[in-house]
Formats: sequence, C-alpha cells, structure tokens
Amino acid sequence: MLATLWRDFKNGIIPENPLLRLMIGLCSALAVSTRAESALFMGIAATFVLFFSNIIISAIRKVTADQIRIPIFIVVIASFVTIVDLTMRAYFPVIYDRLGVWVPLIVVNCIILGRAEAFAYRHGILRSAADGMGMGVGYTGLLLIMGIFRETVGSGKMVFFDKTLFDLTRSIGFSPPRIVILFPGAFLTFGFIMALLNKWESRRRSK
Amino acid sequence: MGEAQRYFLLFIGAALVYNILLIRFIALCSFFGVSNRMETSIGMGLAVIFVMTMATSVSWVLWKYLLVPLGVGEFLYIPAFILIIAALVQFEEMVIRKTSPTLYSAMGIYLPLITTNCAVLAAATEAVKPGFLKLNIAYGFSLPEAVLYTIGVATGYTVAIIMFAAIRERIDIAPVPPSLKGYPLAFITAALMSLAFMGFAGLAGL
Repeated sequence: MLATLWRDFKNGIIPENPLLRLMIGLCSALAVSTRAESALFMGIAATFVLFFSNIIISAIRKVTADQIRIPIFIVVIASFVTIVDLTMRAYFPVIYDRLGVWVPLIVVNCIILGRAEAFAYRHGILRSAADGMGMGVGYTGLLLIMGIFRETVGSGKMVFFDKTLFDLTRSIGFSPPRIVILFPGAFLTFGFIMALLNKWESRRRSK
Repeated sequence: MGEAQRYFLLFIGAALVYNILLIRFIALCSFFGVSNRMETSIGMGLAVIFVMTMATSVSWVLWKYLLVPLGVGEFLYIPAFILIIAALVQFEEMVIRKTSPTLYSAMGIYLPLITTNCAVLAAATEAVKPGFLKLNIAYGFSLPEAVLYTIGVATGYTVAIIMFAAIRERIDIAPVPPSLKGYPLAFITAALMSLAFMGFAGLAGL
C-alpha cells in the first residue's frame, strides 16, 4: 500500500511532470516564474487546490453521475480556488496583487481538472491524495527552478519577503540581461529546460 | 480623447499591445496543443472568438444585475463565471450542430476544449474587474466596452495562433538538433514571436 502511494506521489515529479511531460498548466507557470517568491506562492496555491480537490472528487466519485461530472468537478475546484483567493488576499496582499488574475485562473488550470478526470475519478481517496500531492510538488518544483533562474539571471539578485539574499549587480558588477525576466525569457527558459531534459533522457537511454 | 478613438485604442490594446498569448501567457495550453496545423488553429480561433464574446456579455450582465446587487460578487464570481462558460459551450455546441453542419465540422471538436481555455475566464473576469489590466481605465467597463474588449482579446488570440501554426508547419520539416525537435523549438519560436509583439508596447501610450 505504502509503495503504491509512494509511486503515485513520485509519478508527478518526473515521469509525468504536468508541465514538462503532459504539457498542461503552462500558462501560469510561464507567467508567474519571473520571481522565485511568486513562483513559490503560486505553486503552494495550486498544490493546495490540487490536493484537496483530488480528495473530494475521489470521495464523491461513486455518487457522481457520469454525464454531469465535469460541472461537478469544476464546482469542487472553484470552491477551493475561492478559499485560496480570499485567504491570500487577506494574509498576503502584496503577493496576491503580483499574481493578479492567476489566482482565480487556477480554476481552469488544466492540471487540476486533468487529474480529477484522469486520476481522482478512478482511484481511492488515499491514492488520489498522493497523486495530487505529487503533481503539486512537480509543478511547484519546476516553477521554482524557473523562478530562481529567471530572477537570478534576469535581475541579478534574489529578493525573498523584502530581504535581499544576494545581489550580483553589486558584488561582482554583473549586468543582467533583462530579456530573461521579460516575456520572451519565459518561453526561452522553458524551451531550453525541455531540450536539456530530452538530451539527458536520450543519453541515459543510449547507455 | 474622442469616444471613437478610445474604443479603437481599447481594441488595439487588447489585441496587440497586451496580446493574450504572447504577452500575457494566458491560454498557452491550446496555443501549443492545437497549433500543429493551420486548419485546426483557424477553427480554434473562430471558436474562441465566438464563445468568448458570448461568455463576457452574459457574465457582465450577471455580475452587474445579480451578483453585485446581492453583494456576493467578490466570492461567487469564480464559480458563477465558470459555470456560465461551461453551460454556454454546451449550448453553443448543440446550436451549431443543429444549424450549421459545416461550421460544426470545422470547429466542433474544439468547442468542449474551450471550457478549460483560461482565456475565456480571464476575459470575463477582466470585463468586470479591469483592475487586472493596465489600460488606464480605473472604472468598470460598460457593456459595449466589455464586448469590444473581448473581441479584441479574441482577435489577438486568433492572429497569434494562426501565425504560430504557419511557422510551426515550416519548422516541422526543417533539420534541427534532435533534442530541440518538437516542443522545445516551438517554445523558442514563441519567444521570438513574443519579442516581436513587445514592439507594440508603448503604442499610443498604452
């Protein structure tokens, strides 16, 4: 049992990483990864929704009529998104403002509806919870990698909760290419991460 | 600024300066998912224009005359709008299937996908809460403005996805490094297109 749960959890991190492998939930990932801090909060928000909506959908799967399952999923997801929306606005208003429209848009984040349909609707509560957590961690992890890369290279410093962790522009006179933090940088970073992963996989396979 | 000019700027701003795909990263799943071929992206573009305009009009009316008077707008708008969109998509699919088989075969399979197309929800949300948008509009949109804004957003989507599909059709037959083949190169292409669209920034003070 534990081994199954662990496998479901691990599945979302690399083998079926929602962003790199399933190519879903891209929009938010590219948009909020300009800074590591926003990436982390977006990741946590999506993981929360994914985890709890997977649990609820799995719990009600036996009483859900097949024809109207999509609206039901969406109502469940929308409720958790509303919780996140209001909580974040109350406790982290600065970050909420920076994430903007992306918080309400978690409701149409394909990862969540996709996992509800593909996994939670067919599996038990514990396994669905593990799957939701794994997908969430996979999503957050990649978001953090992109956020850290883009913030470090594109602005030359790292700011977390108004505390500057390091500032390369001051310490070694690094002049950051702004393009990395602007829109094209998101596409470029993601494209090269995918290319690197492909390269790594093909090399591993040929061994 | 004259009335006509303001409407024109609203449209240009929504379509080009704040292009929903390349500048604001909304609805990227469909951008990469259905842009393999020219025909499918034209179909998707038409379907998006159609659904988005309807969805914004209905959700604007609902927001103004039901949610706000009842004082529940702030915490019910997400479920309300998404349900409107899901219902509209179903409804439109039925209507199109009955009235125009040609149109249905052209965009039928894309209609269900639009429910989870974030662009529709984003446009509906922004039509009632334009604070998300830096278009120098501090007040909420009026209905004609909301509709025009949505048509602008949808046009921007269609233009970008058709251009992207045209480029991808050419790239598919080009010799590229194996690890870049497919999606990685598509992302790099999108980066270059996004760079080009950044050139619209600052146009007419937007």
